[in-house]
Amino acid sequence: MIFRVFEKKELKNFFEVLTVHNRIVGPVEAGRDKKNNPIYSFTEVSDFNNIKLDYTTTKLPAKRYFLPFHEDLSTFRIDNGDWQKTIDYNANQPLIFFGLHPCDINALNKLDKVLLHSVYPMPYYAAKRKNMFIIGIDCVPQPFCFCRSMGSDTALHGFDMFITDLGAKFFVEILTDTAYNFLKNIKKEEPREKDHVLYMKAVSERNKKFTTKVDTTDLAKILDMEFQSEVWKQWGDKCLACGTCSNACPTCYCYGVEETVDIDLKGARKTKMLHSCNLIDFAEVAGGHNFRAERHSRLKYRYYHKHRGFVEAFEESLCVGCGRCGESCLSGIKVPEVIASVRGGKVK
Amino acid sequence: MKPELKFTDVISQQEKTQKRKNDLSSFEYTYRAEITSAYQLTDMETLYRLQIINPDERRRFTFIPGQFLMLEVPGIGEAPFSISSSPSIHGEVELCIRKAGNLTNYLSKIGRGAVVGIRGPFGTGFPMEEMHGQNILLIAGGLGLAPLRAPIAYVQENRSHFKEVNIIYGTKSPAHLLFTYQYDLWSKDDINLNIIVEKADPSWKGSVGMLTETLLKILTGRDDAFYSNTYAIVCGPPVMFKFVCSMLNKFHIPMQKMFVSLERRMHCGMGKCCRCNVGSTYTCLKGPVFDYWTVMNLKEAI
Ligand SMILES: Cc1cc2nc3c(=O)[nH]c(=O)nc-3n(C[C@H](O)[C@H](O)[C@H](O)COP(=O)(O)OP(=O)(O)OC[C@H]3O[C@@H](n4cnc5c(N)ncnc54)[C@H](O)[C@@H]3O)c2cc1C
Ligand code: SF4
Ligand code: SF4
Ligand code: FES
Repeated sequence: MIFRVFEKKELKNFFEVLTVHNRIVGPVEAGRDKKNNPIYSFTEVSDFNNIKLDYTTTKLPAKRYFLPFHEDLSTFRIDNGDWQKTIDYNANQPLIFFGLHPCDINALNKLDKVLLHSVYPMPYYAAKRKNMFIIGIDCVPQPFCFCRSMGSDTALHGFDMFITDLGAKFFVEILTDTAYNFLKNIKKEEPREKDHVLYMKAVSERNKKFTTKVDTTDLAKILDMEFQSEVWKQWGDKCLACGTCSNACPTCYCYGVEETVDIDLKGARKTKMLHSCNLIDFAEVAGGHNFRAERHSRLKYRYYHKHRGFVEAFEESLCVGCGRCGESCLSGIKVPEVIASVRGGKVK
Repeated sequence: MKPELKFTDVISQQEKTQKRKNDLSSFEYTYRAEITSAYQLTDMETLYRLQIINPDERRRFTFIPGQFLMLEVPGIGEAPFSISSSPSIHGEVELCIRKAGNLTNYLSKIGRGAVVGIRGPFGTGFPMEEMHGQNILLIAGGLGLAPLRAPIAYVQENRSHFKEVNIIYGTKSPAHLLFTYQYDLWSKDDINLNIIVEKADPSWKGSVGMLTETLLKILTGRDDAFYSNTYAIVCGPPVMFKFVCSMLNKFHIPMQKMFVSLERRMHCGMGKCCRCNVGSTYTCLKGPVFDYWTVMNLKEAI
């Protein structure tokens, strides 16, 4: 691995060099909430001053750039009873992600496992994922984050370069030769011993700030045993079955497909829409039978997929512990509390 | 060097020797297929014969009994259907489809000559070769006879490889019976046909009652060799195979020799949409055909 340090002001130069030739997505302040706290969102930016690298967390993940909520899988030209299908993977330009936190990078790594590195890899995702250049940045842990418990507080791969704030300078970890070449455009130097010390200090400062913990010991097995647990019913009674949690989740990828005829009747399209396993029709089949008709069975399924099914398949959980689902849930259903209740046998 | 990212074309970069299961460009690819015949079986079900139009693709298209495919009508919808015909015919399949919604109602209105899209085949099948030399119970309730028709065809074509073969088929009323025109042929191939309806009409001379009653008669009083050398394939609504499989189990037919086909909602067939998950198992990849032991170990399976 190659490490460098550079003066803080160089980052702006770096952005400006990149923005000439590339599209850049980064965290910006999109508004303020009732308590006057900033609301952050990932958007395309062309002015470095709009990027908020000290952002807490975005309400929504950057998912729409690699798993759009609506996406046409194919279009048809219909002509005299016959038809022609055109497939477009909806990616035609690379994108630079300027400032992703470790949790969101790990979310991509997890999605890669199921969408790229399993049978029937998904070209719509592959085409976008392979055209991402990712600049990671360290975060300030928030009270609702539990990424540390999920092993997602640091990113080991899945990015091109990763920067850490050392006070006066940035420390950068360079993972790809693309990043190495891009960085030739700014002034930087090899880190010295005192930079290493500063880096380790920054890391340990950050580590102190993780407050929320989830006990994941044997979780997959415990979930299996507690499948019939009463606590699921209690959480199910609270759940509104709105699907917001999946919307806000950087790793939720389930979807539905719908076909529609264009208004001129000469074309048609097949559209993929992200879905949520908490929505009522998720497992409904022909004849009207619904395999998960009750809210608690759907809510439970979401936890089983993330903390058990994915673990069985890939030896890691599908949750990065970003806490977004809990923050956006109108009923205040939060992962750490749900898991603690399953382990403890009762809802606190 | 100019700091500009180059666009990566994921399709052209992959190796050329990929199989369908790893090939990015086959994900959304549909074979164009023509409906060469549409034969109405009952008020609700029609049998469609589909032929893949491209001769090359037709030659390459093979499947094993129990697998399903995704049928697409542009602008109307796409849905999974079990292949209901002989696996030895390449590039031509029959699907027995019940009217249940948008796509299936639309299909019932278009006839011979229409062009549809198909993807697949997907999923697991019945391990027919493993069953060679054994007795077979082919058990279907209602529309379950559709997926069962593929193993039945296999058994007919390889009749000498099987010992005693029984079809046990139960349905609501005589008017609901599917594939009536084939019953004689099945019998001629020395396949015992046991049909039972829940409600008879004046013309009905056969058995009346539940499918499990017929099954009980067939199973009672056999020797141990029969029970330990018998495979069962069970297709039908979930409530049915619960009863059927526990009865088979009472007679000590091994759970690993009972196969069921699970139905779930499916939007991709390729382990991506998650709609078909039973617990954490993808029905489209690990199923739809499962042995009963596996089903017993799946959470929320039945
Ligand atoms: C492995 C498998 C094999 C099947 N084999 C057959 C068969 O041989 N013959 C047959 O008639 N039917 C079969 N089905 C059921 C068939 O897929 C549904 O009848 C069909 O999806 C209904 O589509 P539609 O557009 O007409 O209905 P819609 O208008 O879309 O909806 C009607 C009902 O069907 C349900 N549904 C919608 N889409 C799907 C879907 N993709 N998968 C499952 N249910 C859905 C909806 O919840 C709704 O209740 C099979 C299903 C599976 C999973
Ligand atoms: S858990 Fe919360 S966000 Fe998710 S569906 Fe239920 S109420 Fe909505
Ligand atoms: S489940 Fe919740 S905490 Fe876990 S990754 Fe998704 S949004 Fe974040
Ligand atoms: S049908 Fe989409 S995952 Fe199985």
